[in-house]
Amino acid sequence: MVNTHYPTSYEEALELLSIYKPTIIAGGTDLMVRKRAWSDLPTSFDRDILLVGQLEELNYIDRQGSNIHIGAGVTLEDIMDHFHTPTLLSEAVKIMASPAIRHSATLAGNVVNASPAGDTLPVLYVLNSVVVLESVEGIRHVPIDTFITGPGKTIINDNEMIKEIILSGHKFNHSVYRKVGGRKADAISKLSVCMIMDIKKGIIQNFRAAFGAVGPTVVRDVTIESKLIGKSLVWLDENIEEIGKWYEQIIKPIDDQRSSASYRKACTINLLTDFIKHIKHHA
Amino acid sequence: MVEVRFELNGETIITKEDPTKRLLDVIRTSFGLTGPKEGCGEGECGGCAVLIDHKIMNACITPLGNVHGKSVVTIEALAKTQRGQTIRKAFETHGAVQCGICTPGMVIATESLLHANPNPTEAEIREGLSGNLCRCTGYNMIVKAILSLVEKEGSLW
Repeated sequence: MVNTHYPTSYEEALELLSIYKPTIIAGGTDLMVRKRAWSDLPTSFDRDILLVGQLEELNYIDRQGSNIHIGAGVTLEDIMDHFHTPTLLSEAVKIMASPAIRHSATLAGNVVNASPAGDTLPVLYVLNSVVVLESVEGIRHVPIDTFITGPGKTIINDNEMIKEIILSGHKFNHSVYRKVGGRKADAISKLSVCMIMDIKKGIIQNFRAAFGAVGPTVVRDVTIESKLIGKSLVWLDENIEEIGKWYEQIIKPIDDQRSSASYRKACTINLLTDFIKHIKHHA
Repeated sequence: MVEVRFELNGETIITKEDPTKRLLDVIRTSFGLTGPKEGCGEGECGGCAVLIDHKIMNACITPLGNVHGKSVVTIEALAKTQRGQTIRKAFETHGAVQCGICTPGMVIATESLLHANPNPTEAEIREGLSGNLCRCTGYNMIVKAILSLVEKEGSLW
């Protein structure tokens, strides 16, 4: 028999977490499906449940310096409409799921779910996001690429929960988010890409690219990115194919019911080279 | 024992049912409101849609505990309001109802959309309905019905 814990404050939630090591539910849009039973029967959770969707203390979006802090309880719809939300994240959320799902699902849920196809993840990787974990023992700040270790796997301890996600509020010269899915709404991605570039006087200052659903976790390679920094637009133009080849070597998608490995790879590289060509025309 | 308190169609409800129970089961079984339907049971079809604080949500994946302190409105109560009646007339006029199983969800989606955006474009209407599946109409009649509300009855929202 599993018990449901229903805290009235964040502090109480942390105490309950340390005692019962429960499964945490905010919006429930993933877990309620994964653990569903027949109509009218209790859900099939195998551990105690801690409901946190009602905790108003986690429902905030703040700007501190150049960083945006998004509380674990904020729904996707509220993130999409908020004036502090970076454009890239708004764009990604806008084409996620459906209005009904966005009204309940949270960004923290998308992160801790750690699906290779999680739609917000490429954006969070590009924005150098940090996951803030809290337990009764204290707070940890973990970069998103360290936090997620594999499909559905993270380094969260069973007495911890996500308090907030911190992301860079920097405005980029060029940025793009693209999702390729079977239909526009309610579709799990075949692949998704997020890329940014800053250019000053014809020289690349900043380049980042993250690819979703083409590996066990989101793919981002800072070594390749650093090869572009300091280079000119002329160099960029001459090396589009070469850059594509660098990424071809590190992108290792799989065949599954949504798409094939070869389609995913070709499409990802095309979106990357398209972004670079677009910059050449608009720089 | 945990107590969940919420408003259901204007009535205050205090229940000791398990907060992880699906809101849809509570609405249909405990309160006999069968307007919200169970279609897919996984938040994809919108058959179970209800309004929670004026926003469309899928009752089949909403834990009861998540509506604590909130207002839940089902098609039964919406249908009695002037807005509900107006949406109903528009759906009738434009042939937006065929077999009818998606209709409660579609009407809820319409109310949620117009509440947030009283003057949506056709693209915004289609986006607003994107979580509700209809296998009969091909959607065009539903979109036309909502467009007619935007053009004629904008003041209601």
